[in-house]
Amino acid sequence: MFKKIFNGDTLFELIKCLIIILTIVVSVYPLLYIFSVSISDPIEVMKGNVVLWPKGFCLDSYKEVMKNPNIITGYVNTVIYVVVGTALSVAVTTLGAYALSNKRLIFRKFFNKMFVFTMFFSGGMIPTYLVIKWCGLLNSMWSFLLMGAVSVYNLIVMRSFFEGLPKELEESAFIDGANDLRVFFSIIMPCSKAIISTMVLFYAVGIWNSFLWPFLLLDDKAKYPLQVVLRQIIISGDTKMSNSTSDVSTLPETIKYATIFFSVLPILCVYPFVQKYFVKGVMIGGVKG
Amino acid sequence: MRANDKNSRTKQKSKFAKRLSDSKYLLLMIAPCVLYFIIFKYWPMFGLITSFQNYSVFKGITGSEWVGFKHYSTFFHDPYFFTVLKNTLLLGIFNTAWNFPMPIILALVINEIRSNKLKKFTQTVSYFPHFISVVILCGMVMSCLSPRGGIVNNIVVLFGGKPINFISDPKYFRTIYIASGIWQTTGWGTIIYLAALTGVNVELYDAAAVDGANRWQKLWNVTLPAIIPTIVVVLIMSVGRSVTIGFDKVFLLQNDANISTSEVISTYEYERGIIKGNYSYSAAIGLFMSVISSLLVIMTNTISRKLSDTALW
Repeated sequence: MFKKIFNGDTLFELIKCLIIILTIVVSVYPLLYIFSVSISDPIEVMKGNVVLWPKGFCLDSYKEVMKNPNIITGYVNTVIYVVVGTALSVAVTTLGAYALSNKRLIFRKFFNKMFVFTMFFSGGMIPTYLVIKWCGLLNSMWSFLLMGAVSVYNLIVMRSFFEGLPKELEESAFIDGANDLRVFFSIIMPCSKAIISTMVLFYAVGIWNSFLWPFLLLDDKAKYPLQVVLRQIIISGDTKMSNSTSDVSTLPETIKYATIFFSVLPILCVYPFVQKYFVKGVMIGGVKG
Repeated sequence: MRANDKNSRTKQKSKFAKRLSDSKYLLLMIAPCVLYFIIFKYWPMFGLITSFQNYSVFKGITGSEWVGFKHYSTFFHDPYFFTVLKNTLLLGIFNTAWNFPMPIILALVINEIRSNKLKKFTQTVSYFPHFISVVILCGMVMSCLSPRGGIVNNIVVLFGGKPINFISDPKYFRTIYIASGIWQTTGWGTIIYLAALTGVNVELYDAAAVDGANRWQKLWNVTLPAIIPTIVVVLIMSVGRSVTIGFDKVFLLQNDANISTSEVISTYEYERGIIKGNYSYSAAIGLFMSVISSLLVIMTNTISRKLSDTALW
């Protein structure tokens, strides 16, 4: 009897459903909980009554977050870094990948090996830090934007994409006397909007979330991106805002949760619309790379 | 065309010059990329020779005194050496062992979902944690595990237990690190397997059905073999990366109370190098780590080529 069930399709269906439900619940619950706590009445939170849905309604913790000048500066800085850094990264990666995909390029194999090797071996934290120090880039936003400018993975994804484009596209233009740069900007680029937007998203999220190098390389508080500010508030528990009297209506916990939700919000808002681009990028990289 | 033929008959040198001039615009396009790799990837690698010196910022690499393997032998005799190495290896091994199979299982399950809507929804929802930054992740973990009102401790109390200060207890550190990693990476990791699964020949399922195979047997004999090459490639990559524990998450989850299990090579490197300014010693620690992880990649690659004919190179 037991063996029959085990061998049959019923158990299969059962396990399948269990895993799906578990996956959905585990993925959604933490954020939902954080959202619920952040807008709930602090007294209910303290009693431990908030389990899934918000209890009561109170936006004081969000007001407290908005009052914190560091968070606002961090937000603005991050937006600047994301815009500048993404533009830089996408430009360098796209140009490099196109050249790399072209069989005419001299030393092509050598460049390929040179780039891929860095996926498996790196100088490590200290030598990289010293190089940046040596370049005089410490405490400048260019330090981490430049050092993260190219991701080998993204470079390979783009190269694979360009290699898949039909060669006739370029050939007709060459006959008309155009050079590689012209071909790239007026023929290849318009055909590659989808993959370029994927790259924009990959790099933008990477810079939005980057913590380690800004943390190591920036000293000036006014230059901190959001993630470094967040560390002070969420991890080190520094929820005390500038000269705000300790309010009964807010808890350090609810402020933390409000901060977390506030900083995830932009990604949460764009995510459903751009998700398919990310997946496309991974597919290209995964299948060919 | 005829001009090309003529050129090929002339000396090697002019052929080279021709190729060079043929790709001059391409070289221009790749130049920023090459420059980037030289400055930010290869220069630091060259900088690793500071680990054989008593490096001083004022004297530079050329002026600093050579000390051979002194820093390495100091590291091997360092009282923290075994703890740090043990923590790194255990965390890396357990992390890979837990994190590696999860996406495969989930991908196989997602692949079995018949309703397209539910499939899309499950994918969308499970990919999302990937986009949460490591700082937020650690913040969420700490809030949820907090002994004062964290959801996990609320559950512990509900079942009559005492609140546990998970984050300050060394024995929970690895579990926290690995579980949060599973939460964040499992969904995203399925993409590559799902891509491979789209290439499975549907006729194979029909053939299996004719032979009277049930769904377990189809899964085991048709679906799984189709993704074996992908599994091997991912395995090689993840074993190679296993010991290169990312600095960020360990650093953020680390505190004075759990340091006995949470101090790994990368955090130790940070502490000795950036905090204490002992650059050479720290570079030696880093190189030691890089060598171990390179050896691991080579080893897994060789083994998998012998066993399954799938390899990265």
